[in-house]
Amino acid sequence: MKAKIYISYKEGILDPQGKTVSHALDAIGIKKINSVRMGKYIEMEFNGISKDKASEITDESCRKLLANPNTETYTFEIVEK
Amino acid sequence: MHFAVIVFPGSNCDHDAYHVFRHILDVPVDFVWHRETDLKKYDAILIPGGFSYGDYLRTGAIARFSPVMESIIKEANAGKPVFGICNGFQILIESGLLPGALIVNQDVRFLSQNVSIEVDSTNSIYTRSLKKGRRLTMPIAHKQGNFIADEDTLNMLQDEDRIAFRYYKGRNGNPNGSKKRIAGILNKKRNVLGMMPHPERAAESILGSDDGIDIFKSIIGVT
Repeated sequence: MKAKIYISYKEGILDPQGKTVSHALDAIGIKKINSVRMGKYIEMEFNGISKDKASEITDESCRKLLANPNTETYTFEIVEK
Repeated sequence: MHFAVIVFPGSNCDHDAYHVFRHILDVPVDFVWHRETDLKKYDAILIPGGFSYGDYLRTGAIARFSPVMESIIKEANAGKPVFGICNGFQILIESGLLPGALIVNQDVRFLSQNVSIEVDSTNSIYTRSLKKGRRLTMPIAHKQGNFIADEDTLNMLQDEDRIAFRYYKGRNGNPNGSKKRIAGILNKKRNVLGMMPHPERAAESILGSDDGIDIFKSIIGVT
């Protein structure tokens, strides 16, 4: 079983990297993009536990370490590999 | 006053800080490895700059869970001076001892240069012997030093006189883009200071500036 975790900046938090990438895309002629936001993608693997337990562990990991509650939000999904 | 300089895997300004206490100011100081859990014998704690845990995940995010942090939080809450410089500031924010966040600089570059900062609050052990508005020159060396916080927090820092240092307002003044030009802030009790610029690296004239030494002199109460 695997957790796929997506961490991104909260709305309203300036994302200088996303802005720079957005400018670069524009500069190479790729248009019609309103904005680019950059975040993190993390995978965690589990063995021999229930989906609920995996979900609980993933949520705790996000709250305590993986995401900064001041600036970031997270979502995740638990998938069978 | 007996100082502790905390050493994490990846700290790299620990020797600069130690040098200031031991050789310039001639006060007792020890390196304290991050696995230590008892800081009772120290009168003040310095968390130095560097790249603790390689800046993995977020700056300061993993150091915050080092064994020593629990005692640092305990001593800070008891009123002991805790001074975080650069990565030390990032760790203090991750640990919740200081508010806000330090995100990547506005132009997404690592900045290594001298800056001018101005003393804003003189109401702390760190700034009590400095004059408000005095301009100090010292280096910054960081990629994540862009201080942000929500409006309420920024107003609170301002209203409670907790902004210890701001970047100079003029041209090239606020290179990382920090809100309200914040370079250093205090906690509510005013015993915890975090700042991005490096006073320990501007503590002798041979280094190009000795403005930083006055912050350390202020802590130990000499002028």
